[in-house]
Amino acid sequence: MDAIILQVLNGLDKGSAYALIALGLTLIFGTLGVVNFAHGALFMIGAFCAVTLSRILTLSHTIIDDTKTDFLGNPLKVEVPYIYDIFGQATGDVIIDWAVPLSILFSIPVMVAIGFAMERGLIKHFYKRPHADQILVTFGLAIVLQEIIKYFYGANPIPTPAPAAFTGSFDFGAMLGFDPNTIIYPYWRLVYFAFSAIIIGAVFAFLQFTTFGMVVRAGMADRETVGLLGINIDKRFTIMFGIAAAVAGLAGVMYAPINSPNYHMGMDFLVLSFVVVVVGGMGSLSGAVLAGFLLGILESFASMGAVLEVLPGINQIIIYLVAIIILLTRPRGLMGRKGVMEE
Amino acid sequence: MSNSKLTRRGLIKTGAVAGAAGLTLPTYLRADGHAGFTNAPTGDTVTLGFNVPQSGPYADEGADELRAYELAVEHLNGGGDGGMMNTFSSKALKGNGILGKKVEYVTGDTQTKSDAARASARSMIEKDGAVMITGGSSSGVAVAVQALCQEAGVIFMAGLTHSNDTTGKDRKANGFRHFFNSYMSGAALAPVLAANYGTDRKAYHLTADYNWGYTTEEAVKSSTEAMGWETVAAVKTPLTQTDFSSYIAPVLQSGADTLVLNHYGGNMVNSLTNAVQFGLRDKQVNGKDFQIIVPLYSRLMAKGAGANVKGIFGSTNWHWSLQDEGSQAFVKSFGTKYGFPPSQAAHTCYVQALLYADAVERAGSFNPCAVVEALEDFEFDGMGNGKTLYRGDDHQCFKDVLVVKGKENPTSEFDLLEIVEVTPVAQVTYEPDHPQFAGGNLGTCNPGA
Repeated sequence: MDAIILQVLNGLDKGSAYALIALGLTLIFGTLGVVNFAHGALFMIGAFCAVTLSRILTLSHTIIDDTKTDFLGNPLKVEVPYIYDIFGQATGDVIIDWAVPLSILFSIPVMVAIGFAMERGLIKHFYKRPHADQILVTFGLAIVLQEIIKYFYGANPIPTPAPAAFTGSFDFGAMLGFDPNTIIYPYWRLVYFAFSAIIIGAVFAFLQFTTFGMVVRAGMADRETVGLLGINIDKRFTIMFGIAAAVAGLAGVMYAPINSPNYHMGMDFLVLSFVVVVVGGMGSLSGAVLAGFLLGILESFASMGAVLEVLPGINQIIIYLVAIIILLTRPRGLMGRKGVMEE
Repeated sequence: MSNSKLTRRGLIKTGAVAGAAGLTLPTYLRADGHAGFTNAPTGDTVTLGFNVPQSGPYADEGADELRAYELAVEHLNGGGDGGMMNTFSSKALKGNGILGKKVEYVTGDTQTKSDAARASARSMIEKDGAVMITGGSSSGVAVAVQALCQEAGVIFMAGLTHSNDTTGKDRKANGFRHFFNSYMSGAALAPVLAANYGTDRKAYHLTADYNWGYTTEEAVKSSTEAMGWETVAAVKTPLTQTDFSSYIAPVLQSGADTLVLNHYGGNMVNSLTNAVQFGLRDKQVNGKDFQIIVPLYSRLMAKGAGANVKGIFGSTNWHWSLQDEGSQAFVKSFGTKYGFPPSQAAHTCYVQALLYADAVERAGSFNPCAVVEALEDFEFDGMGNGKTLYRGDDHQCFKDVLVVKGKENPTSEFDLLEIVEVTPVAQVTYEPDHPQFAGGNLGTCNPGA
């Protein structure tokens, strides 16, 4: 029982990331009709927003410490962050420590701007082109973006820790009456799950309860009629692209402490996120979220030692296996709508 | 050029191979000693091929390897301060290139993919006329490129490759490895682990699901079990895995009190980070503090894991903080040119380039079979690892191995590991037919052409 609870918990944070990325993918597909293979790159850029803010906060000037030497035997050059000069060392350390949560504020305008630039600069030219063209151009864009990141940040993962207050793990086992240490879960992963739930809730509320959201939903259902009513639906869809980019970026920012960001992390999530979208049902926002968590949890179960002993290698194929079964039994996915991708 | 230094054994080997292939007698028997083998240099230059990961996950390590090769070429051609050429026990190198020919080089991108690495090596051999291929940061790549070089008749001086197989079941006569291997890591680590953590431990292995992971798991398991540890479980993890939470969470449930991460590169960074996030190191199991071990450490990788490496034991081939004359000369040369200390990948590549050049000088020929003979059972010193033997039986270097620990209070971004023990070479030496290296056969050297 404790092993099952543990794997459900494990699936939640990964499922959160899948859900957030798949939510953005579905938003873009539902509004613009574009299959965006560059969406994983947006997740990666989000994580690098956290890296960038950390670097900005630790921008330093050099002082020479004559009492120590460097690896060549020269007087040691000590880097002193400018933030120490402004706020003092104690406050400066706290600000640096909280770089990842602060990056949320930093990343939203950055990601929205990148989203706008992508949509206006490239993707809008492919609206009327076949999906194969869209996939090729967005996949190419993803490779360009990751190579740009690699050029500036290198190929190695960059550690981006969570604030010290969130290090360590919570012992669910002890709380639920199991033996101590049987169900432990890192605090930051709980934060990530809660954060994802808030973002997903906010996106749904935005679409459900605002006039803007109503127009977008109407546009998703029947773009032509909304246009005939005199509403500039294209402008709203561009904004939705920016919002989808920001959602992917936020997913990346908060994921940075879980796995040190590297230029390739977007690709690692992209394919699985597409499977999530298809399983959830093309164009279905709630389907994307449901499938994200479902597949995240299933993947965790498949990685259990007991399962691997019986079915070696199942952890590598479980998601695709489930996708095949669901698509065979429900061709539109779990919550797919009639008419989407069926023309 | 004279071929007077070519010995009887080298001649027999070349003749036998060429004869078996139905070729005419090797042309280096004629006055020109530099013909009769693949890419015999004809002008006043010689081309070396540096095959390193310039893209992909090990691109940073590849960049450091390339820096080291460029430095080696500079030193071989008489530039710079000479680096380890000044401390190398062999004095055959004179700073006038190799056999008087100026050293030039071409580079290839392995992408840390076997097929891409073979394609780039083949291109450097066939199009650019490289007489030797060196580099790499993966055992899968090393084994693949080594086999290609054997077929093509050029020497392969392996870069960073740690799997037993490179000089074990996949050893080749044209291939040589300076870097240490999984067995040596296990043999060096076990006594240090016993001294620090005791002989009654339950270990849980997470192992990267490929060639290097298997040999490292086997080496660490056998050496720790020999001193009394029990292996509770050994779980394979996919090479493409990025989040290890579902593998790490069951560790405590298994009753294990020690986690061995047979991971390298991004795998190591992520699995170690995840293990620390799950609070494993704060736990007490079986009345002991829970411990994590990383058998193969790399400073470049340790940097990716940040503060998580503190206090964690592992092994490494070389470290810039070594105080011997050779290491200091190399660190000074490299640090002055590039502004930071070299990695162990850079060190092994620099040494391999110099060892090749030295072997050619001593053989008096670029003929691969002459070079093989010059390197086999060659003993040297002054290259940063103390007295070293290039064993003829398997083309593996035998030298001291460093056991290191993540530093508690680093003074700089390079100061991440501290040397705990320099394990003497005798402790990590094994028989060529040791079970962990069984099934291999060097075969005979191939001069190609």
